Parts: sequence; structure tokens; C-alpha cells
Amino acid sequence: MLKVENLVVSYGGIEALKGISLDVPDGEIVTLIGANGAGKSTLLRSIIGLVKVASGEITYNGQKINGLNSQKIVKTGITLVPEGRRVFPNLSVLENLQIGAYMRNDKEDIKKDINWIYELFPRLQERSWQMAGTLSGGEQQMLAVGRALMCRPKLLMMDEPSLGLAPLIIKDIFRIIREINQQGMTILLIEQNANMALKIADKGYVLETGNLTMTGTGRELLENPEIAAAYLGKKKKH
Amino acid sequence: MEFFQGFLNMSGASFAQHMVNGVSLGSLYALIAIGYTMVYGILLMINFAHGDIVMMACYFAYFGITIFHVPWYFTFIGVIVATALLGAIIERMAYRPLRDAPKNSVLISAIGASFLLENLANYLFSGRPMSFPDIPLFSQNIAIGSIKIQAISMVIPVVTIISLLVLLHIVNHTKTGMAMRAVSKDYEIARVMGINIDNVISMTFIIGSALAAIGAIMWGIRYPGITPYLGVMPGLKCFIAAVIGGIGNIKGAVLGGFILGLGEILIVAFFPDLSGYRDAFAFIVLIIILFYRPTGILGERTTEKV
Repeated sequence: MLKVENLVVSYGGIEALKGISLDVPDGEIVTLIGANGAGKSTLLRSIIGLVKVASGEITYNGQKINGLNSQKIVKTGITLVPEGRRVFPNLSVLENLQIGAYMRNDKEDIKKDINWIYELFPRLQERSWQMAGTLSGGEQQMLAVGRALMCRPKLLMMDEPSLGLAPLIIKDIFRIIREINQQGMTILLIEQNANMALKIADKGYVLETGNLTMTGTGRELLENPEIAAAYLGKKKKH
Repeated sequence: MEFFQGFLNMSGASFAQHMVNGVSLGSLYALIAIGYTMVYGILLMINFAHGDIVMMACYFAYFGITIFHVPWYFTFIGVIVATALLGAIIERMAYRPLRDAPKNSVLISAIGASFLLENLANYLFSGRPMSFPDIPLFSQNIAIGSIKIQAISMVIPVVTIISLLVLLHIVNHTKTGMAMRAVSKDYEIARVMGINIDNVISMTFIIGSALAAIGAIMWGIRYPGITPYLGVMPGLKCFIAAVIGGIGNIKGAVLGGFILGLGEILIVAFFPDLSGYRDAFAFIVLIIILFYRPTGILGERTTEKV
């Protein structure tokens, strides 16, 4: 289980996260919704060690991970599908998958996992030798997810996987999220597409300008009128 | 001067001779330019100390053979290893502490490292020119028909091609090479993949400096005067070669090296009056390239998908 306690992160004196606490229990899909600038990405970046934590603690399965470098954090079984996909454009699709398994040395299993990714995303297999920079946005997102899965994470964090994608592809991505969750992977999902995210989430948090303002199961939050008004584009009934 | 006056009726033989000279000079530029381009590709900085690494490699060879009388083949292996280490040490001391500093600070540190090496060499080895050890096997002249070619001029392109093939294999077909390419595009995400950025950067300096050492040894055999400032001009020209080819691109650096090497030799061959401007050729080409194709011949134009 990932536990975040009283986490404060600041950029040049401005607090992006003002002391938030949350848990991500094993095997669940936890989603974090919130507007632009609420601090969602900052949270994921601080968990993976890309951003320095000002105070508070992040533990994973009881081990304190804030203060470790990203390499060590990834070794504990956490990985990130970054915002904006950020596949390596100068590497082929296959190489992007191989680099996802950079820390593994089990050649045979890596091959098996690559085939597994190709089953999840047949489009990637067709483009195996293509440079990732030449893929469409949707294909790049599939590759970013596949690349993250290649390190066999226990906790997969995803930062806005639906950003800028066509509705059909978003559906595909969410189907995959569910599928890998059913195989036992824990998922921490950040989304602006609150409707879809809450529908698949076991648990949801709402983040507003650095503070957690609400929490509940996915269904509770979906049915909450304030959330409906603020994030789901539905009018508040009076 | 008579040689220059007779240039108008240049014979096929002397043209061939100039071509051989041009290709061997171009090969040397290419080997050294790769170091600039690899470091730029990964750190986005110009390693100004690279030319001085070439100079240090020449002194290493001098000490190995002339002073300690180690056989040349052992010395050359030692020189390559020592120079690669020197490159890694410079990175460790001068660049790594500035990993999160602004780019300009790293650039100034590079200039500092360059001055340090030059002055250290001046202090330790004196400014008096020394002569690169003579190895008859390489310095002998070989006559082919009516042209006479120094053996080293034939060796240089062969060694260069072998080095390039090895380099391209490392970069394109090994795990380390893949990590290098990944780091050159995206530090952060490379970290998230579990790549140790510092190790990859050290590796880049080791490979770049080893190639510089190979270039330096052949440079020394071809142009035997060693001084503490020997690396300055080749360093500048090879940097220009890397820019011409498209900095960050290994094949571009090789192309740029050959353009400069051949261009320099052939211009002097065809227009002997311009021989005093030989060194200016590189800079003129640089200005032209910066005007018409600032990203270099093989340089990529950055495109981003949103």
C-alpha cells in the first residue's frame, strides 16, 4: 500500500501541495481528480522522486521512499506513465518497450512480456520497427502504457492518459486499465476526464489548489452534486 | 613556393595525393568531432576541454614511448585507456556538480577545464615543443606509381572506419547505447525507467575521449609537434565540423569532419594563393551553414506532437 502523509511540495516558495494525505490500497484503482494547477501531477512526480518533498512522508509497503532517487523508487515496484506520453521519439517502438524493462535481466521473460504488450495493443506490434516519434498520439499513449508495464510494476501511476485523444481510443485505454487492474496491478490514476475515471475507480480524491477537499468511492463522488457541477459539466439542481 | 606555382597543371597523381591527405585529415577531424557531438547530444553543452584531451593523449604517448620505452602497441592501448579515464574525471569534477545548474555555468566550467589542462601541461611538460615518437612502420613513405604516401595516411581512414563501426554498434545495438539515446531525449523519463543518468553520462565521456585518443595518436604520427596548445585549433575545427553536420548527430559529425578535412586540403591545392587562409576555411563554412541551415546538414528540425 502506498501511503502519503502531510505531503508538502513547494516550487520557489509557492506551495503546490499544502499537506495532503492519501492511501492507495493494493489491488485498487484510485483516482485523483482536479482542475489544472490543482497539484495532481506534482503529487505523482513527488512519489516517483522527480520533485523534492518539502515535508511529510511517502511510504510504500512500509518503506519510506521520499528522499530516495527515482531509480531506487522504481525498484520498489512503482512506475509512472507521464503526462504528455513522453515516449522516446528517437527509439523504435520495440526499443521503447525494451527500455521499460531496463532494470530487468530476465531476457526470456522480457520477450514474453513484450508479446503480452503486443496482445494488449496489437497496433504496437504492427509498428514495432517504427520510430516512436512518428506514431499518432493514441499510439504513443499505448506505447507509454506498454513501456511502463514492461518493468512489471506493482503500482502503476498514470498522469492524464486520455489527454488529447479521440473518444474511441480513450475507451480503449480505460479498458486496458481495467484489464491490468484485474490482473492484480494497483493503479493511481489522474484524470481531468472525471466521469470516466470515477466510473472505474474504487476510490476517488478531489484535489483543489494543493488541498484534498473530498474523498469517497468512485460511485459516491460521481453522484455528489458538487462534483457533478464542478467536474462533470452537469448543472446543480436547486 | 614552386609547388604552388605549378598547381594549375596539377597532374592526376598529385590530385590523388591531395585526396589521400584530405581524407586522412577528414578522418581525424571526424574522430574528434564525435566527442563534441556525443557530449552535446546528452548534456546540451560544448565540452571545450575536448581539444585539450587530444593534447593530453599526445603527451601520454610521448611519455609511454619516448620516456618509458614501452612498445608502441602497448603504449597506444594505455593511452586510449588513460585518456578515456581523463575524460570521465573531467566530467566528474567539472560538470557533474553542476548537473542542475544553468547551462551557462556548465559552459564556463568547460572553458575552465580547458584552461586548466592547457596550463597544467605547460607547467608539467614545459611549453617547449616535443616530438611525437617516431614509429617507422607508420611514418615510412610508400610509393604507389608516381605518388608517395606516408603509411599513416592509409592507416588513418581504416582505423577511423573500424572505430565508427564499433561506435555505431554500441550506440544502436547495446543496452548502454539505448540508454544513451534515451537520456539524450528525456532525462526525467530516463530516470523513471530506472536508468542511472550519471553512469550513462560518464560512459559518453569515456567513449568520446577514447575516440579522441585514437584520433590524437594518429594526429601525432602525422603532425609530430606536441605543445600544450596543440589541441586548440583542431578542437575548434572539430567543434565546427560537429555543428556543420548537425550537432548531436554522430553521422553528421563524421560528415562535417570530412567536409572540413577535404575542403581545407583541396582549397589549398587548387588555390595556393589562399594557403595562408587555410584555417579560415572552417570558420567561413561555419558562417555559411549558420546562415542557411542553422541545425546543420543532418540536424533535425524539432517537431513536437501535442
